[in-house]
Parts: sequence; C-alpha cells; structure tokens
Amino acid sequence: MSQPNAEQMANTNQETNKQPSKKPGPSSQKPKSRKKWITPKTVPYLFILPAVTFFLIFTVYPVISSLLLSFQTRAGSGYEFVGLDNYIRLFQDTLFYKALGNTFLILLIQVPIQLFLAVVIAVALNSQLVKMKSFFRIAFFMPAITALVASSIIFMIILDENYGLANYVLSLFGIEAIAWLSDPFWAKVALMAAITWRWTGYNMVIFLAGLQNIPVSLYEAAEMDGAGKVRQFFYITVPQLKPIFLFTFVLSTIGTLQLFDEPYILTQGGPNNATLTITLYLYQNGFRYFDFGYASAIAYVLVLIIGVLSWAQMKWAGEDK
Amino acid sequence: MKQQISPLKKTFLYAFLFLGVIISVFPFYWMFVGATNPSGEIFKVPPNFLPGDYGWENFKNLNENIGIIRVMGNSLFITLTFTAISAIVCTAAGYAFAKFQFKGRNAIFFMLLVAIMIPYHVTLIPLFEIFGSVGWLNTFQAVILPQVAYPFAIFLMRQNMQSIPDSLLEAARVDGAGEFHIFFRIVLPVMRPALAAVAIFLFMFQWNNFIWPLVVLQSQEMYTLPVALSSLVGMSRIDYGQVMMGTTLSTLPIMIFFLLLQKQFISGILGGSVKE
Repeated sequence: MSQPNAEQMANTNQETNKQPSKKPGPSSQKPKSRKKWITPKTVPYLFILPAVTFFLIFTVYPVISSLLLSFQTRAGSGYEFVGLDNYIRLFQDTLFYKALGNTFLILLIQVPIQLFLAVVIAVALNSQLVKMKSFFRIAFFMPAITALVASSIIFMIILDENYGLANYVLSLFGIEAIAWLSDPFWAKVALMAAITWRWTGYNMVIFLAGLQNIPVSLYEAAEMDGAGKVRQFFYITVPQLKPIFLFTFVLSTIGTLQLFDEPYILTQGGPNNATLTITLYLYQNGFRYFDFGYASAIAYVLVLIIGVLSWAQMKWAGEDK
Repeated sequence: MKQQISPLKKTFLYAFLFLGVIISVFPFYWMFVGATNPSGEIFKVPPNFLPGDYGWENFKNLNENIGIIRVMGNSLFITLTFTAISAIVCTAAGYAFAKFQFKGRNAIFFMLLVAIMIPYHVTLIPLFEIFGSVGWLNTFQAVILPQVAYPFAIFLMRQNMQSIPDSLLEAARVDGAGEFHIFFRIVLPVMRPALAAVAIFLFMFQWNNFIWPLVVLQSQEMYTLPVALSSLVGMSRIDYGQVMMGTTLSTLPIMIFFLLLQKQFISGILGGSVKE
C-alpha cells in the first residue's frame, strides 16, 4: 500500500490516544492504514460509489441519451432534431402495429396459460399424496436453467416441418404434418409453446413457495365446514396466492414485452412478420438499418407501455386489499 | 388433516406429473441424442432415439467450423469476470443501503428500483455509441461493463443485509475495526448464502446474455456461446449434429452445477424471491 508517511503517523497517533497502554512499535501490530476520512459518515458513499458510477455511465446516461435520440434523425455524419417525427412515423407504421399486436397476443394468451399450468402443477406437487417432491421440483425447474438461445434451437429442431420429431409423433396418430415455423398461425403457436416450456417450471417454484406459506388451519376449517377440494382451491388457495399471482404476472408481462431471443432464433420474426415482436423490430431498425433515432422511439414506446402496465397492475392489486 | 386416498385420484395425479416431467426433460435428452449422432439421424423417419458415438466428430467439426473451444473460453472468461466484479459492487452498495443512514440514500435507491422496470433494450443504442466512440466495439469489456451495477442484485443484497444485527457492526467498531475490515471480514462471511444466490443469478444472466453481445461482438473469435450458436443456425447449410453439440455444451455445465446445488440455484435464479 502506498501510504504517505505523514498519514501513517497521524493514524498511529490516533491509535495511541485511544489506547495509551499500547505502545506503537515493532512489537505491536502494524499501524492500520486507515485514512481519516473513512468514518461511518463517509463510508456509505464509498460503498455505493462503484455501483453509482457504473449506473450513471451505463444506465442513466443511455436512458437519457436514448430519449434525446428518439427526437433526432441521422443527417449526414451527425444528427438533427426532428421533433416528434419519429413518433409520428411510428404511429403510421403498420409493421410496428403488427409487432405490437403480436406481442400483446402472446401476453394475453401465453401468459395466462403458463401461469395456470404453473399453479396447477404447484398445487399437485404440494398435495400430500405426492412422494418424491424434490425429484419433481428439479425436473420441472430444469428448463429454466437453459439459455433462451439454446432452448429456442432445440424447439426449432423438434418442430422442423419435414423431419422434426413433433410431426413424426403426430404422424403416428395419423395427423398430417403441421407447418410449425412457416405458417403464420402455427408459428405463433410454436413460439408460445417454446416460451411456455422455458418458463412454466420457473413460475411453478414461486407458486410452490407461496403455497407452503398458506396456514394449514385454513384448509382444516374449510374441511370441517364441508367444503370440497375444488371449493377449497377457489376460496382459499387462489385468494391466498394473490400476491404471488401479481408478482408472477408482473414478471411475465415485463418478460413478454421484451421478448427477443426466442423469435430471433425460432422464426426471425417470420413468416410474413407473424412473430415479429417489439424488441425484434427495435433490433432490426437499430442494428440492421442503423436507424438509431427511430429505434430509440420504439424503445421509448416500450418503456411507456411497461410503465403504464406495471402501474396499472400494482394499482389494481393495491385497491383490492 | 384427514386424507382419503383414492387410488384413481392418485394414479391420475402421478400420470399428470410424469407427463409434465417428460415434457420438461425430454428436450434435453433429444439434444443429447442429436449431439452424439451425425446430422441426419434425428431427422430420419422413424428417428433414431438413442445416443450415438459421433459426439467427438461433432465436437471436432464444430471446433473447426466456429472455434467452439475458444468460444467457450470467451463465455467463461466474460461470465466469471462479470460475476466477480458485479457481485462485489452490488454487495457493497446493498450493504450501504441497508446499514447506513446517509443523505440521498432513499433518492438513489428509488432510482435503482425504477431502473429494474426499465427494459435493458432502451440502453442498447447509446451503449453501442459509447463503446464505439472509445473504440471498444468487439471487445470483452464492452460485454462485461454495462450491467455490472445490476439494480436487481443491489436490491436483493440490501434486503438480505437488513438481517445483519446492528449490534454486531457496532461491537466491531468499538473494538476499533475499520469499516472496510468490517465489510470484508464480518459482513461478507455472514452473507455467504445470499452472496452465493446473487452470484448464481448474475452468472446465469451473463452466461445466457444474448442481445447485447449479439450487437457488440462482431467477429467470430470474440463470440460468446449464445451468439456463436445463433450464427450457427443462421448459416445456409446447417449441420444439426454440430448445432446440438453446441447447445449441449452451453447447457451441460449449468445443468451439472444445478444438480449439485439445486437449492442455491433455484433461489439464485429466482433472484431470492423464494425463501427456502
């Protein structure tokens, strides 16, 4: 440590004042190289300094810069302000509406299916009838450890139209081959299936933890009142799990709105833009056409949507309390 | 609770669960079958359902094709460096937010919370310009640096740090321990389980990170695994044996870790939202 001598001396003196019995010298411990300005008052700033520095440079600055960029367009080698032009263009862009529509369709169909499956599996696993709970938990959670790129590739191969496993299995039942990745309808189904596979177990584990926190006495009381299992599910389990539903719903909503890896690998947004998502469109405009201003406008519409939806979900949850 | 076990119900329950298990796990098996067979085998009618002995060939071809050994090295280096730096940066910040009173604390913390909601995609273009302007496109630091101050990790560490008793810190201060000594020698050891969970969370994020590396890495020798895999399926002639070998190599290390450390893994991946 390169400490100036004077400071070490100062430190030693301080130490001596505190504990006069201990003489500083070769026999005692080395003087601590503590600087005077490290006090309980200043030290929290030192602890947050690295995080705040990184945060300012790599998050705050880009978020602001992106907002400014969304009002600009490339002119020659630089940029010029064009006011709301990018946003006006966006609201007239049918492809953007398509991306928006696809993303919301997935949100409205896939997210409820996934959360429903997750809660059903969680309830089944929580049942006293089931043994080998940890085996099931591990197996169901396994998809959540794969890279989205990897899981999308596996699905791409299983869903191959000509020789994929999915169509082979269907053929055993006499069902004709499905154009999973080249038919606009089935491509959406394939995309949703891949996402559901990847995330159901993840959500299931969250529900399972929530279920384990429901007091058993509630069920016992319901049992005594003669309520059946189904009634117990709807009148005890569902209301008790409400905060968990909200949490997983917010997570899944944010995740779906940012959907990129799966459509990029599985379908490249095709066929005929049937699986184009907001972030895929953002990526195409930003890094294929290098239209940074326009891509930034798309990004900010996304921020706005996420902000409004999260706020609405929180509010809805808060009001019901 | 009285439990009437009807065998029919039980059978139904297990059938449902095992079907779920098969759907969850089979794709991994299929990946392994594909990785150890020549390209055409999984596409035969009927397909070959058994692992083969072509794995080494696939690996060699994949290495010749995209330099998979180097790619794995890149991924490992980037992920480990990122995890180490980010874990320490986020833990230090979480400690300060949890255990100190200071001016601006709530305002800064609120900003971090808001940042959790902001999609990472908003920053892509300015980040690309920042790294471009300092000549760092296509470098490892460009992949590592942007997410080091991971707001969610700071948030998690703060939540966990709140369980440290103030009396412990006070006692150390009375004994004359310096603030950094307290942090490294007392706080970090106590926080080891939380630190492990956050480290797993950060590791998984970076190992699987795709869109930013895709944007910023431009040459094959710099690619990370997900980017290399995506380039592989973008080729005009796809060798599926190689592709499946690649996905296996990106998944297998994580899977082994997961099977060894399930509890930490699950709480790590869920970001500590689930308490074991």
